[in-house]
Order: sequence, then C-alpha cells, then structure tokens
Amino acid sequence: MNNKYQPTLFWFATLNALTTFLLIGLGGLVTSHEAGLSVPDWPTSLQRNMFLLPFSEWTGGVFYEHTHRLLASLVGVLTTILAVWLWLKDPRPWLRWLGITAFLLVMAQGILGGLRVRWQMDWLGVPHAAVAQTFLVLTGALALFTGRWWLNSTTAIPVSVPRGLRGHVLSVTFLIFLQLLLAATMRHQHAGLAITDFPLAYGKVWPATSAAAIAHYNATRPPGTLGNPITAFQVNLQMAHRLVAYALFLGVAAAALRTLKKLGGRDQLTQFAFLWLALLALQILLGAVTIWTNKAADVTTAHVMVGALALLNGALWCLIALRRRSR
Amino acid sequence: MKKTSLLLAIGLLAAAQCLHAADVTGVITFQGTAPAEKEITPIKDDPSCAALYPSGLPKTRFYVVGANGELADVVVSLKGMSGKSPGAAAPPVTLDQKGALYVPQIVALQTGQKLVVKNSDPFIHNVHAKPVANPESNQVQMSGGADLIYTFDRPELFLKFQCDVHPWMFAWVSVFDHPYFAASGADGKFTIKNVPAGKYTLEAIHRKLGAQTAELEVKADGAVQNFTFSPK
Repeated sequence: MNNKYQPTLFWFATLNALTTFLLIGLGGLVTSHEAGLSVPDWPTSLQRNMFLLPFSEWTGGVFYEHTHRLLASLVGVLTTILAVWLWLKDPRPWLRWLGITAFLLVMAQGILGGLRVRWQMDWLGVPHAAVAQTFLVLTGALALFTGRWWLNSTTAIPVSVPRGLRGHVLSVTFLIFLQLLLAATMRHQHAGLAITDFPLAYGKVWPATSAAAIAHYNATRPPGTLGNPITAFQVNLQMAHRLVAYALFLGVAAAALRTLKKLGGRDQLTQFAFLWLALLALQILLGAVTIWTNKAADVTTAHVMVGALALLNGALWCLIALRRRSR
Repeated sequence: MKKTSLLLAIGLLAAAQCLHAADVTGVITFQGTAPAEKEITPIKDDPSCAALYPSGLPKTRFYVVGANGELADVVVSLKGMSGKSPGAAAPPVTLDQKGALYVPQIVALQTGQKLVVKNSDPFIHNVHAKPVANPESNQVQMSGGADLIYTFDRPELFLKFQCDVHPWMFAWVSVFDHPYFAASGADGKFTIKNVPAGKYTLEAIHRKLGAQTAELEVKADGAVQNFTFSPK
C-alpha cells in the first residue's frame, strides 16, 4: 500500500466529521428542548423498530430525540465504514488503529446514550457530552490525517512552531474541553438559567449564594414552564463557566498574537489562530444571548456547536504544529 | 381467652374512636397579588398541540386563585400520623393528560393507593415519574392507549410527573402513609374526613408559597381551620 493521497477516503472522513458536528448540534437540541427522555425505550423507539417509527409519531420532543438517534446511527455506520476502509487501504498502522479507536468510541457513545435513557440517569448526559466532543476531535483528526496537506507536508518548507507556543495552545484547548464539561454539567441540571442576567449576576459582580439569597432568586425568577428551583451550586457553576470563558478569550487572544509574531500573518497556523479568536468572540456573544433570551433552544444549541468548533480548532492547530515538529 | 378479650377490647376501642371521628374542614385564601402567569408558548411550536388551542394558549398554573382569593392546589394534612395507610383499599385517583396538560396538576394519595394515568389527547405522551423516595419510571402512553397504573410505597411530597415529549407538562403528586389529607379545590375549600377526636398539627403546603401549620383540636362535631397565604 502506498502512503499517497486518496481523495475519496479524505472526503469520506470529512463527511464523517461534518455529520458528527451536526449530531452534536442535534444532541444540543435534544437537551435544549428537555427531550432526552421523550422516547423512554432503547434500542427500540416507542416500542417499535427505531428505523420503522411512523413519521406521524415524530412529534414534540420525540422529533428531536428520534432524529438524534437516527443521525447517531448514520454516524455509527459512517465510522464503521471509515475504520474498515483505513484498515484495508491505509499503510499507516497508527492511523488504522485510530480508525478502530473511532469505531469503538462511537459504539461506546451509542451505548452510553442508550443507558442514559434506560437507566433514567440525568448525570449520564455529562459523560455522553464529553465523549461526543472527544469523538468530534477524533473524526476531525482522521479527516486531517487522510488529507492532501498532511500527506504532502513532508516535502514542504518547514516552519517550526516554538515549543512554548505549542504548549500554550494545547493548554487552552484542554481548558476548552474542561469548559465544555462544565457547560454539560450546567445543562444536565435541567433547572433553567441559574443566573438570569448578564454581564452582572443578579445585579452584582458576584452574586450572593446564602440560603436566603437563593430563596429570593427562586421566588423572583420569571415563572418558567420548567419551574425547578435553582441551588447555590448551580449559581456557582454558572459563575465558574463565565470566569473560564473570560480566561479562554484572553488565552486564545494571546495565542493568536503570539502565533502572528512567531510565524507571520501568511502562515496557515496564524490564520487558524485568528479564526479561533473569532469563534471565541462569537461564543461569548452567544453565551450572553443565551441568557438574554432565557435559554432559547436555538441560541443555546448554537452556543453548544460553536463550543465544539472551538475545541476542534484548537485540537487541529496542535496536530498541525506537531506535524511540523515531527518532520 | 385472655388473647380474645384483648383483641375484643382493641376492636371496641377502634370502633369507639371511629364513632367519634369527624371532619376537618377549612378554606385557603390568598392575600395580595399573585405573580403573573405566563403563556405556555412552546405549545405553539407543536402543531398537534397548538391545534387544541385555536383561540389562545393556556397559561402556567402556579397560583390558581379565585375571584375572591380562594386558593386551589394547597395540600393539607395532619402531621405525625404516619404508618396508618389503608391505601390499597382506597378508590383509585385519576391523573389525566388532556390538552397537553396534566389535569389536575396537584394530586394527593396514600401509599399503596392506585394512581391511574390516562391519555385523553390525540397524540402520544411519555409519563415520566421522577420521585425522590420512590423508584423512578418512564413509560410511553399512546393516544387511547391503556391506562398506566402507579402505586408508591413511601410518603413523598410533590413527587414530579413530567412529559418529555411536551416539556411544559408537569403534575405533582403528594403521597401520604395515612388517609388524613386533602387538596384544596378551586373554591379554596378542603375536607379531611373521619379524623379521630384529638389534638393535631395541621399543615398546609403550597408548592410555590410554602408551608403553614396550625394546632387544632378535633371534637365530635369536627374542626374548622382556615389558612391565608401571601406572596413570598
């Protein structure tokens, strides 16, 4: 087998990554619409074969949950084909095993999603979200590794990336992953907004979280349809999410400026870093709008999707930088 | 012989107590201005649900207050009465899903007493019981499907029922291990039947407005105890 560019394989891997990204969006819609348990059975759907559920029953929350399951099945099939394809046609053993890893991860993710339904455990939504983000990075990496740029870069003029800069971007990317875990924990509290204003928090820089203050927040919150009371833990969680968001913005801005300084404006990594900065700015704006719209489902889901893109951007930057080093 | 006499004495005592049982009644009122209810706007995004409301969406029902301040959906019970539930023999309580809402929204029953959940809507629901002290369950209920039957073994206040297909749908079920409880109706009135004579603490709880207690003595002609709630 030759280690040469296979366009069909590359575009298939890219399709898999794009479908995974859409699946994260659909998963976000499921949680935003509180529809995770609207189909109480699994692997059947409403006591029928999942693939034969009549369209007339795709109503309300069932629509989001069922289409999430169908798209997840498609991603499972695409990933399986990709793993087999890599195993048979790619000469790089590490990439073949990475394909197998993706296959195992997508299977585990499917089972995790199913158990979250069967066991009715809200907290399982958090690892389900974490695996989803990890899987997106993996599918993005598979697309990168099968791409023309990766395969041909051994002959290109090397522009090394300073170690300190690589460490900086890797750290920020890891912090984004932690931020996404925080966000998933917030979303799977199923209690609506813990803090209802922004940029202040209940009119203060840091909100009070005494029992009396929490009781006051609950009594004065706009009566949402959900009606669940909030807790001090949830208020602190949202404050932590805000602080990490600000830290991330500064971290990404510094990474973009350092990349510009070290590699120049024409370098691909500099462009990637400034795209990253734009994503972070958009993400903070979406976070604010999420609060101002009282967690409108479409805005909240866009916030989830841009968060996933920010993680992918950072991870791919690190891989490209590593490729230059290993040349 | 001694055993038979003892059982007879206990039986007579119980009968005598029943003879002196009476009703505890009262009216719950609300004083002040209740927070405004909101239209349940997500209904309009679901065509099959929206079709049930051609002339306007329903509102949340956190504070069901009558024209003269009568407050519904307050759960009233005698405290310290645990372990006296003949719930299995009590008639079933019905919780319906109608107009993509739970009706009634507040339900009270005994441990062991059947809760019959119906689906009167022309579409599916999932009935997701989310208790704290009792086991959680989540079941599909098709339109016109068989009733779902629930019983609960442990007392629990405001056990949440929800529909994830229609995430605005909630009902709260309070479970007691004795028969001395009631929920106030639209007229604010409640009646706890067949309370043995004696001194008790009566507790009234509204899910949003909190709890109040009152000491009362039940005599042969019963007892009356009113409560007044105001905004927190």
